[in-house]
Amino acid sequence: MAETPPLDPAPAGEALLSMNEVTLRFGGVTALDAVDFHIDRGEILGLIGPNGAGKTTAFNVMTGIYQPTQGTVTFDGEVTSGMKRYRIAKRGIARTFQNIRLFKAMTAFENVMVGADAQHSTGPIAALLGLPRYRREEAAGREIAHELLDFVGVRGRADELAGNLSYGDQRRLEIARAMATRPKLLCLDEPAAGFNPSEKQALMELIRSIRDRGLTVLLIEHDMRLVMGAVDRLVVLEFGRKIADGTPAGVQNDPAVIAAYLGVDEDEVEEEVDDAS
Amino acid sequence: MSSQVRPRRRRIGLRERMRMMPRWGQILLLVALALFCYALPLLNPPFISPPGTDFSGVLFTVAVYALIALGLNIVVGYAGLLDLGYVGFYAIGAYTVGILTSEHATWTWLASLPAAIVITMLSGVLLGWPTLRVRGDYLAIVTLGFGEIVRLNLINQEWLGGAPGISGIARPPSIPLFELPHLDWSTGVPLVDLDNTSTFLVFGVLDITPYYWLALTFVILIMLADRRVKNSRVGRAWEATREDEDAAELMGVPTFRFKLLAFALGAFVGGIAGALFAGRQGFINPETFTLLLSILFISAVVVGGQGNRWGVLLGAIVVAYLPERFRGFEQWRVLVFGIALVVLATYRPQGLLPPRRTVRAQKMEEEIEALETSDVAVAGEGPDTGDGPDADGAPPEEKGAGRG
Repeated sequence: MAETPPLDPAPAGEALLSMNEVTLRFGGVTALDAVDFHIDRGEILGLIGPNGAGKTTAFNVMTGIYQPTQGTVTFDGEVTSGMKRYRIAKRGIARTFQNIRLFKAMTAFENVMVGADAQHSTGPIAALLGLPRYRREEAAGREIAHELLDFVGVRGRADELAGNLSYGDQRRLEIARAMATRPKLLCLDEPAAGFNPSEKQALMELIRSIRDRGLTVLLIEHDMRLVMGAVDRLVVLEFGRKIADGTPAGVQNDPAVIAAYLGVDEDEVEEEVDDAS
Repeated sequence: MSSQVRPRRRRIGLRERMRMMPRWGQILLLVALALFCYALPLLNPPFISPPGTDFSGVLFTVAVYALIALGLNIVVGYAGLLDLGYVGFYAIGAYTVGILTSEHATWTWLASLPAAIVITMLSGVLLGWPTLRVRGDYLAIVTLGFGEIVRLNLINQEWLGGAPGISGIARPPSIPLFELPHLDWSTGVPLVDLDNTSTFLVFGVLDITPYYWLALTFVILIMLADRRVKNSRVGRAWEATREDEDAAELMGVPTFRFKLLAFALGAFVGGIAGALFAGRQGFINPETFTLLLSILFISAVVVGGQGNRWGVLLGAIVVAYLPERFRGFEQWRVLVFGIALVVLATYRPQGLLPPRRTVRAQKMEEEIEALETSDVAVAGEGPDTGDGPDADGAPPEEKGAGRG
């Protein structure tokens, strides 16, 4: 069995990804306002915040869907903002989607194979002639796909259409597909949405074992209690700004965070945000 | 869990049966099928052979349509790009041969074939480069325009032959080896007709059979190539792009590049078809390459089952052969075709022979539906809830059998 992600010899202390004062404006709306944080290698970072805080937007900037109006994103020592999306994926950022976006008319297995293809380069001529590279890459892809389907627990449904899988299996299949690209950073956008408590617990186990395989995980999640137990560090966004960054325990007691989640008088919030930053 | 109530298979279709056969058996069967196709014009079987027309000529047309359907299937079926101007590539292939062998030079047909392929592929890239940035309906409109632009240029550019077209196009090279007799069924029993023979391999004016053999050879080669490319990273990238372009891109698929590749390969096949047509006809003019032809090509792909190479082959046969076979009803042709399309869209929207996966998915849906109905029945609601599954042909006694 191939242990999928090759653990790169990380230069200790250097962040895997950093958002450097990233600002994103759509016309007059500022979706991200000088957001600045980093993700360390091998950690599980939680990205939380109320609805509309800019969590998914931050994801979209990292993965190249949006280009920052100001600021840059650096990943693994390279500036990735401005790069093509598939190139960023190939560099090592993989993601899942808040609303599941599998290739519905393809089988579960083929979905994961598409992910595995990210690191392959077989073209039509190599495929046509059955060149060694084609055979080698197909074999590698199949092995990765089987292993990952097994890992996320969808193995028995490998040959079913992705669109026919149960909701939970679809969510897990998305994780497998993303992991098949052999990323360094795996971004999960509300992977537990719609899960019951026991399913959520199982998912957190899965995320921890993903980290144990050497991946860095960025997790967006609404469920505070869930996040607190699973992550190493938290970044809290509100209205496109970072309002807190630290250990779960520290963040939990942060007045700005409490205000953001529980709602406080507006003036009070302003003060507290100023205090926090 | 749900895996325990997995229903057993109901029907064993032709496809499953093919799958269960050993590999050598499958190959043998396909070789036999290919040989039969090669022998068809010689066998000249009654009922199949259309009365009053040259069977070989009809078969040639069917083979060219099959080639086109295979090419268009790459673009429409695999990559999901609705191309309504495919006739443009067909025309460019035919005209390249016409220009190089007759109008402006005197190349041989064989020498002009690669040129036709290259030029058609280039035109595919040229069309795709700016237009593949638009999606869906917009792409359909742009490609529709492409087909028309090609046709109008053929009419209005004098150096392309203008409205009268190009004649005296070179034929494929002949190597006369031996003669093969046709069968004559006019007395009700097959008789070897020694007066009616086809020479292997002479591309003449009267006997179309060798052209059919050549076209069929290309169909087989493209089928084999299609199979290999489809079952690779390239085929998966096309399908992923069709399913969800943004998600594919974020999974590392350079979608633009693969869409362009689909266009180029589709054009490649269209160019071959055009070159074959020009070589057989010896004469081409712009009137041959109308918008209606593009629509017929699309129909072949959709009727057959887009995304399945055997399906689109069947579609090409339906679209090209049936009208020839029932020429007597020519007046009714368009009407029957229209009705058939409506019926098909209602009862079999995926086409006559959809991709294997689609079939399986549908079967599963039916099974789940049957299970759910049986659950309701067990709950005591009675049989009046069973109106759904009857429509999709599930035998009633098997409806509740899934749990066994």
